[in-house]
Order: sequence, then structure tokens, then C-alpha cells
Amino acid sequence: MLLSLPALHLQTSEYHPLFQLPHRRLGPWCSPTGSPAPLSCETGCGEGSWILVCRLLVPTQVSLLSMEEDIDTRKINNSFLRDHSYATEADIISTVEFNHTGELLATGDKGGRVVIFQREQESKNQVHRRGEYNVYSTFQSHEPEFDYLKSLEIEEKINKIRWLPQQNAAYFLLSTNDKTVKLWKVSERDKRPEGYNLKDEEGRLRDPATITTLRVPVLRPMDLMVEATPRRVFANAHTYHINSISVNSDYETYMSADDLRINLWNFEITNQSFNIVDIKPANMEELTEVITAAEFHPHHCNTFVYSSSKGTIRLCDMRASALCDRHTKFFEEPEDPSNRSFFSEIISSISDVKFSHSGRYIMTRDYLTVKVWDLNMENRPIETYQCHHDGLLQQLLQDV
Amino acid sequence: MMLSKGLKRKREEEEEEKEALAVDTWWLDPGHPAVAQAPPAVASSSLFDLSVLKLHHSLRQSEPDLRHLVLVVNTLRRIQASMAPTAALPPVPSPPTAPGIADNLLASSDAALSASMASLLEDLSHIEGLSQAPQPLVDEGPPGRPTGGAPPSLGALDLLGPATGCLLDDGLEGLFEDIDTSMYDSELWAPASEGHKSSPEDGPGKEEAPELDEAELDYLMDVLVGTQALERPPGPGR
Repeated sequence: MLLSLPALHLQTSEYHPLFQLPHRRLGPWCSPTGSPAPLSCETGCGEGSWILVCRLLVPTQVSLLSMEEDIDTRKINNSFLRDHSYATEADIISTVEFNHTGELLATGDKGGRVVIFQREQESKNQVHRRGEYNVYSTFQSHEPEFDYLKSLEIEEKINKIRWLPQQNAAYFLLSTNDKTVKLWKVSERDKRPEGYNLKDEEGRLRDPATITTLRVPVLRPMDLMVEATPRRVFANAHTYHINSISVNSDYETYMSADDLRINLWNFEITNQSFNIVDIKPANMEELTEVITAAEFHPHHCNTFVYSSSKGTIRLCDMRASALCDRHTKFFEEPEDPSNRSFFSEIISSISDVKFSHSGRYIMTRDYLTVKVWDLNMENRPIETYQCHHDGLLQQLLQDV
Repeated sequence: MMLSKGLKRKREEEEEEKEALAVDTWWLDPGHPAVAQAPPAVASSSLFDLSVLKLHHSLRQSEPDLRHLVLVVNTLRRIQASMAPTAALPPVPSPPTAPGIADNLLASSDAALSASMASLLEDLSHIEGLSQAPQPLVDEGPPGRPTGGAPPSLGALDLLGPATGCLLDDGLEGLFEDIDTSMYDSELWAPASEGHKSSPEDGPGKEEAPELDEAELDYLMDVLVGTQALERPPGPGR
């Protein structure tokens, strides 16, 4: 999974022209231990000096690796775990996402819970602690469900979280499991009204006959309370497992993608969606490729890309037709004959695709590499970064 | 030296001769007496078996992970193509559509998927090395198989019809009842027990296999395709 980090701190020297990362340091952010990492290892990069690496199989640790310091991991206290002493399978983090300013970091776990962390306020005394994040809010987003028609359990595991751009004091995010997308509102409450006429201080209703005077309730400060409320539920639109959601730059629509289809939603309408991509073959025997990730262009609300299990990226323009089955651009790097193996296709399968902030470039992650593509050049990426430096994996694959 | 290069050389004549690496690759030398007796598919038969196992594993899930399935099937097709490059793949027939489920997308895709996988498995079983596929398998296959010649069995259609997870399981398992699957038991993957494999193609190349043994290959494929993520917790009432 690729994370777009907000522009937190820019390196002043030796930075990558596009992603503002020092060239030297590209190694650590792919795999800290250098061992063949499963695709579940999340990597993050972006316009900033902070890299976040969450190993999905290490549920308790959210480590912030600073580019400025060598492997300076900071442990978050475990208070957000269900059982403060033990990490269970439900605590395994399945997705992470920063909001646009970087102030909040949302994590989703296998148990359907969302935990939001908030960045510590900068203090003049401890400038170097600005990378610390503390628990801000915790809520149960999805519950396990059972599909009686197919006799299948629907996992509550959160597959993706996406923040909406902030338009008022409240925060909004989308979270999804395999089948259902939900819009959550996260808001702060730090004042409480006191002095109700019809309720006493404990909240019990008063008999109106006993009221002899009226008063105006006043707002008094209280301990900060962060509450999350579900605002929309977008369900029953996906036959297969949702792997991506992406908020459009028009702030009115978003898309959700499963293995074979992509649907376009309006935030205000929950009982219908438009199908904009459908790669399901008429004959399922002809199925050779699935959708693995999808994202809207950051500025052009008519443009989006989706990646496939065959290592290709398609760019589509919704103005061309209602059903974008024919791509506008097709990005694929030809296979290197000297590196061919029986596992070539498996390792070329793209796990995530991300636009750059400018919208001119996309970044993709396959098993061995991270690639940067220029939208104007379809036949090969402009940059390729190896993610496994010990060469062990490449060596193993040569024997296949 | 990559094993696949030796297998594909006759198909890709335009490929330049690769420099031989320091690794001894005598088992690819056609002039070697041991190799001359073994068919060229020696090197990838373990990979083939492994991929078939992965396919079984994937199909056995109550809700097959499409990405996993597609990756394994494509890899299997590639291996199959390299093992028998001259044999034309029999045309895969369209799956039977049980009446009344046309509108139920997932049910029909389940049936189509399982029918296609069953036909692919049967097709693969005719490759040398798995020729102990029993007669009942041919008879119970999906209709239209050019090899069988027998009329389609309604019993098989029912098995492959709108299936829940349990029915699909029983159907597939039932088809392979007569096959001795002891060679596919995972505990026999250790190199020490190679002798249990009855495939005649397992020549001396196995004992002196290159850097990758079956266990490593199995693990590698698992990691690459993400098999660990495949296991889903059992639902209620199961």
C-alpha cells in the first residue's frame, strides 16, 4: 500500500525532485529488515521527510521513521488495544491513512475498528517531539455480517480509509470493508449546556407542573470529547471484495473498486451508484486479470486510474463514455526477457497506485519495486526503485 | 541458469544464447545420458504440482479470492504451456447454466468459475505426470469435453450448480476420490521423503536440485501470491 503523506517537512538538500525524498534513504522505507517482505508491508512516501512504515503483522507498533534520523522508532503506548496487555488478531492493522494536513492518522484493523491518532502540538521546548501521535478517537466502524444467501461470512476487517477534505470543524472519513462503505463524522465536543428547564442535573425529566421559573441554559466547558457518528452507509453495490476507495476532487463523488468493477457514488445518495468500469468477462473462464487498486486524479474530476494483477495501469476519462471499459491510456512496462520466470506475473501484480500531488505522475507498487510513471509516457516508468536490497529474492526467483 | 530458459529455447529462437553461469546445469544438457531419458519437463514438475495444490487450496475456500485464483491459474497455464508446448489446449467449453440463476450474478459466476476450474484441472490431469487421473473423472467432467466422448453426467452438473461453499467442496473432493493424493500431503514436501513420489519423471535432477527446494518454492509462492491472507475465519454454524 502506498501512502500519500502531506507536506510536513521538506528536505533542503539532496532531495528527490518530485517526492522530496533524499535519494540515499530510499532503502529503509521499503523494508526495514531487508528480508523478503510480504505484500502486506505498507510503505509510505511523499513530499516530506517523514516516512511511515506499519508492518501489518506487528499489531502494536506504529513506527514513525524520520528521514533525518537513522531508524528512530517511537513506540505509541498500547492504550488503544482492546486488551491493554495483549495484542490479539483483531488488533492487526489493515490500513492506514493520514488526513490532508497530516495532523490526524487513521488506522483500521482486522476487528473492524478505526483508531485515529492526533499529532502532538509543537512546543518550543521539545521541537524534536513533533512526530509523536496520540490516540484521538476510537470507534467500531464495521461489524461482522453473515450473507445468508451465499452462506458466507463478511469480514469486518477495514480494507481502506480515506479522509474527505475538511470543510468545517468536523472531520469526515470513508471506511470500507469487503462489501460496505461508510461515511463517518468525527467531531469534538468541549462544551456542555447546563441549566435545562425540563431536565434536572442528572438528566431526569422534571414534572412541568413543578417548574416555577425559567432560565436560559449556558454552555460550560467540559473535558474534550471526540465522538464519531455514522452519517452514510453505502451498501449492496459490490459482488466482489472492495479493495479501494477514492474521493473525487469535486468533493461530491467518490468511487469504490472491487476485483472486477468500479462504482461511482454521490455522497448524498446511498441507494444507488453508477458502474463506471466492468472487466468481468461474459465467460468467467476467460478471467485472467483483476483490478487491484484505483484512484481519482487529484485535480481533474473526470480522470482516474486503476491497476491490475497483470502489472498494468489504465487511465480512464469519464467524459468519453458512461462505462469506461476502454481506457484512455495504458501503462505497461515490457517484460525483461532476462528476468523472466514462472513467477513473473505474480510479482508484477500491482498492489497499489497513487497520484503525485501535482497529478502528473503516478507511483505503483509491485512485489519487488516501486515505480514512478509520467502520465505522458505509457511504455515504461521513468523511475524504478528496488525494494529488496539483499538480492535474495531476485536470486530465488531466478531459479523458478 | 534459469530453468525456464532451457525449456523455452525451442520456442523462442530469436532469443540470444545466454552465457552459462557457474552453476552446474547438467540436467539441462540434452547430451547427458540421464537427461536424454527424461522428458524436458523434469525441472518444473514440482512447480507444476505445487501450483495445482495452490489452485485446489484456493478453490476450497468458501469464497475464492479472485486475485489469488487468477494469479495461480495464469502461472499454471504458463507452466503447462512450457511442459507441453506442442499439445494444443482443448477448447474450454462454456459452462452449464442452471435455469433460474441467470440473474444471480454470484451464483452463476460461482458455477462458471468452478466449472472452468474443474475443466482446467481435468485438462491439466492429462499432462504426463498426473496421468493417474481416473476414468470417473473423465466421465463426470463438464459437458462438451472432446476427450471423454461420454454424454455429460447430470450428477456432475448438480455438483457444479449454484453452489454454496459446502457443496462445492464435496463436489470437487468427490471428483478426485480415486486419486491417491498422498503425494500431495504437505508433510511429504520435505526433501527426505522424495522417494514417495511415484511420478516417473522425477529423475536424478530432484535430489541434486538447484538452490530452491520444494519447501522454499512453496513458501515463496505463498508469500508472493499472499496465500496467508486467504484463510478466512469460519462463519457461524460451521
